[in-house]
Amino acid sequence: MSSLKVEMVAADRKVWEGEAKFVRARSIAGELGIMPGHSPLLGILVEGEVTIESVDGQRQTVTVDGGFLSVDSDVVTIVAEHVDASSMHTSGR
Amino acid sequence: MGAQMRIYRQRIKSVSSIKKITNAMELIAAARVVKARQRATEAMPYTTALTRAVSAVASNTNEDHPLTTSSSDAKRAGVVIIAADRGLAGAYSVSAIKRAVELMNHLQGEGMEVVPYLVGRKAVAYFKFRKREYAQEWTGFSDAPTFENAKEIADRITADFLKDWDEGGHDEIHVVFTRFRSMVRQDPHVLRLLPLEVVDASDEGEEGLDLSVNQYEKGEIPPEYDFEPGAAEVLDQLLPKYVRNRIYTALLSSSASELAARQRAMKSATDNAGDLIKRYERLANQARQAGITQEISEIVGGADALADAKK
Repeated sequence: MSSLKVEMVAADRKVWEGEAKFVRARSIAGELGIMPGHSPLLGILVEGEVTIESVDGQRQTVTVDGGFLSVDSDVVTIVAEHVDASSMHTSGR
Repeated sequence: MGAQMRIYRQRIKSVSSIKKITNAMELIAAARVVKARQRATEAMPYTTALTRAVSAVASNTNEDHPLTTSSSDAKRAGVVIIAADRGLAGAYSVSAIKRAVELMNHLQGEGMEVVPYLVGRKAVAYFKFRKREYAQEWTGFSDAPTFENAKEIADRITADFLKDWDEGGHDEIHVVFTRFRSMVRQDPHVLRLLPLEVVDASDEGEEGLDLSVNQYEKGEIPPEYDFEPGAAEVLDQLLPKYVRNRIYTALLSSSASELAARQRAMKSATDNAGDLIKRYERLANQARQAGITQEISEIVGGADALADAKK
């Protein structure tokens, strides 16, 4: 099964990068769920949590202060000025 | 010992202690340049992602946005001047301010009213000394700017740009900062920040910051994105972030330049101190030798006089 390549970027650094099979975030228009094969999308996120389910089924959650999310040929980029990744494990690298 | 020699010894002592200080400052600046460049590199993924996104929206829509529309006859321009907080950095602040003054004169020559925004104490001191008006100052972070600093500046100038003309709104915003090209080369540079020229894919060229990246490779077409909620709203959200990011990269580039300039200035100060010490040592030796010679000739002269007296 194909997987998503996820990049999480804050204004002053790259926070995390890794493989995942599912990404969930909240956009202005509502919940967004991204799985491999998603069509190209650019969505504005609201302040809240982004959940990343890694290939081995582990779930990780980070808090973002808005920002946006782009999907393009299975590359998911989550961009926010501040990303709180304190609850994040380093797995998935 | 001669009085002359004592003076030289004193000078040697004071120059040596200055040399110690400048040498320490050189080492500190050298260490911090590395950090500043690292910060600039770390901020690049964000710049890349944001630029990609903005150019994707821009090439997929024909949306007009207040931040991208330029008015045909601009009457008021804001100029953000980024200089250092502290001196001892060679010509760093002076050349940035000089470039800014050139720009302001040019804009005034075109019949525009110019409103300066100052970053760094050196810029503030320049304007205060000449009793020139400015809109706002930000100081205290020139050698280690954070994103918060950039946000504060960007939000203020964006707000001023969007105001109506009667309420003090600007038609253009320029940023004067120092581009970090290499450890030995930093050039003051003017960037027209607002109205934004949304960089079409692969065509950023000269306009882009040194630290920013050309997003799409030539010929690569950005995919047809779905926008959520809609292209106009996405653009609305992205552009202020883009402005903040540009200010942030300008600040980072300037801070790396400042530290590199300081390192170079302190290195030449240390070298000059070494030269001075060498010269004073030679003079001191000469003075000592002259003293000895004089003493010998006095003794010889005295002995001769005694010998003559005995005859």
